[in-house]
Amino acid sequence: MSDSTADGPVIAADGTPLKRSLARAMRRQKLRALLLVAPLLIFVLLTFIFPIANMLSRSVQNDIVVNTLPETVRELGRWDASTGELPDEAVYAAFARDMAVAIEAKRHTRLGSRLNYEKTGMSSMFRQSGRKMKKLDPIADAPFKEKLIKIHKGWGDVEMWKVIQTHSGIYTSGYFLNAIDAQKTPDGPAWQPEEKQILLKLFGRTLVMSLIITGSCILLGYPIAWLLANSSARTANLLLILVLLPFWTSLLVRTSAWKVMLQQNGVINEVLVWIGLVPDAERLILINNQFGTIVAMTHILLPFMILPMYSVMQTIPQTYLRAAKSLGATNWTAFWRVYFPQSVPGIGAGSILVFILSIGYYITPEIVGGTKGVFISNRIAYHISSSLNWGLAAALGTILLIVVLALYWAYDKIVGIDNVKLG
Amino acid sequence: MKLTKTLMATTALTVAASMVSADGHMANEMTIVSWGGAYSASQKGAYHDPYAEANGVNIINDDSSAEAVAKLRAMSEAGNVTWDVVDVVAADAIRLCDEGLAMEIDADTMLADAPDGTKASEDFGDLLVSDCFIPQIVYSTTFGYRTDLVGDTAPTSVCAVFDTEAYPGKRALEKRPINNMEWALLCDGVAKSEVYDVLGTEAGQNQALAKLDTIKDDVIWWSAGADTPQLLADGEVIMGSTYNGRLFAAIEEQKQPIAMLWDAQVFDLDGWIIPTGLSPERQARALDYIMFATDTQRLADQAQYISYGPARKSSAPLVGKHKTLGIDMAPHMPTDPENAKNTFLYNYEFWADYRDDIDAKFQAWLAK
Repeated sequence: MSDSTADGPVIAADGTPLKRSLARAMRRQKLRALLLVAPLLIFVLLTFIFPIANMLSRSVQNDIVVNTLPETVRELGRWDASTGELPDEAVYAAFARDMAVAIEAKRHTRLGSRLNYEKTGMSSMFRQSGRKMKKLDPIADAPFKEKLIKIHKGWGDVEMWKVIQTHSGIYTSGYFLNAIDAQKTPDGPAWQPEEKQILLKLFGRTLVMSLIITGSCILLGYPIAWLLANSSARTANLLLILVLLPFWTSLLVRTSAWKVMLQQNGVINEVLVWIGLVPDAERLILINNQFGTIVAMTHILLPFMILPMYSVMQTIPQTYLRAAKSLGATNWTAFWRVYFPQSVPGIGAGSILVFILSIGYYITPEIVGGTKGVFISNRIAYHISSSLNWGLAAALGTILLIVVLALYWAYDKIVGIDNVKLG
Repeated sequence: MKLTKTLMATTALTVAASMVSADGHMANEMTIVSWGGAYSASQKGAYHDPYAEANGVNIINDDSSAEAVAKLRAMSEAGNVTWDVVDVVAADAIRLCDEGLAMEIDADTMLADAPDGTKASEDFGDLLVSDCFIPQIVYSTTFGYRTDLVGDTAPTSVCAVFDTEAYPGKRALEKRPINNMEWALLCDGVAKSEVYDVLGTEAGQNQALAKLDTIKDDVIWWSAGADTPQLLADGEVIMGSTYNGRLFAAIEEQKQPIAMLWDAQVFDLDGWIIPTGLSPERQARALDYIMFATDTQRLADQAQYISYGPARKSSAPLVGKHKTLGIDMAPHMPTDPENAKNTFLYNYEFWADYRDDIDAKFQAWLAK
């Protein structure tokens, strides 16, 4: 159908073209719809999107150097580090002026902690220099080069100036490089020394162990979900409470309970020794390793697998199985060819839930994981709350987010996200 | 007209009065952050309750000291600091001071003098390790061992930890390099005075890790102070490091077969900081509280509840008996001469610099 006649566009009753008047009506409707969702939208923006974006943006932000030492950074721009000679007096004088302002505002120590992530020793260098430079006048006391080197010998070390120069940009790739066991150097990116490489290993371990945990959740959860879906309402309710009861118990209580169960003088080992399966001197090591993490996390995340499976299985009529059997299928064929394919969307939903939850877990691995069962999230937690290196924590978090999104995308391509059902 | 004015004036007065207490410029509610558990209980008994009673202040406790640095930074960035006084270890106080998150304290004018008139700066002495830090207690990280599981000769030296032949069994060590690296070097023949010089070098760090490597398979790594007493009580480990107050509780309160090693105990400090960015009323209240809570008598009072040594020299003679057990507390203090024969002082400057670097190496070594 065309919206125009031989005489021109179709005209509405009030004389405006119909197309425009329709668009106006639609716009009003859309606006009203938007207004209805506005509270939720604003809430999500303010409490979810904005803080996450803010946190993630720290992974590249580096304005503290140029904000604290603006003149020094400008002067250092003209210094050629490759000559191996110290910067000239102009840099030192600029530095003295910048420091006078920074010390007044008590910002120099903050810069010291920032640069200490890149070069060990910067923190105390700035703290100690700050104390002594307070007494210097940034103009009258010139020249500064020798005075500063006397205050702290670090100012006579080319390496220290190189660090400031390398990390003087407003944005930095340094945190992302650190997050993959590399570092930013004056000569471009380079790997960290081998004895400091740990993060890539942890990323890999987190992915592999999350997959194992998801797998064991499927194996343990499927029969339970089946039982739940195919029992009488009374039994199913009782079973459901048994599934949910641990779900309602505190995470820490459940994790600590596993400690009591698995440790070398714990319940399981005591029983095994008592019935003579294991000699007393060779008690099994079941905790403070990867096994402990897998057991405890499988137990904790199991309900997230069972519940979506159960709600999908509930919608599969039992008559299908009977029909298959009446047509001559064995029990196994009926299950595998008829029932199982219909329950796959539940497995998909449960797997996505469990996998994504386990990738970000850190309390349980911290308590039962020992040295080889900890995840990348334990390092993120360390950098957020202990080392205060939020830039690195943000970079690690961003990478983790991208990995999860990539896996989600891959899942969509291979299995299809339409095949995921929560009920 | 007149009525309106009177009404407005009364309202203004009421509002003002509800914001500040009777003496004019201090908030009448404060949030004190500490570690929780027995430690917070000792502070409540020694400081909070007497102060609240004397001043009619409502004190809210928050057990967030373990994440205090990160939380304070987040609060400060959000421009809404809700804590008035925060209990932190000295290393954290130094970082908070560096970050500009804690206010500077002038010990002589802001803290009480000792009863004999000694100035606070002298009474605390070199325990004032940061411009923002008001020391409260001296605690130590030291070893406890199971008396019934170590054989006939009880260990007397910290190097027993590294001697798996004489003392076979698991040990509990903290999952971080601090203290462990020092002990490893001490037991690898490095002189006490040179430990930090050696640890500052690449070779020294490798030496410490190599020493730790010899017992790596025999170690259970802990991350919460309560882990070691529990592991000792369960017989999971035969010896382990933790804070001396935790071991005191296990030995004296729970009567476990555990004894203190004390050798090469590492002294550390815990104390108060006041966050920056408080309103004048709240800051005045926080300062008033600090003045009260860190005087000679109060610091000695805290030792009635927990076995940590008071940070003031003048408090030491006033330490009495345990409030409920009735035992003499002095012999249980890490600072008691009998216990302090061989001690080690945590080097704050060193760890502020090397913490991240050595931690990365330590964690990579652990994961190997």
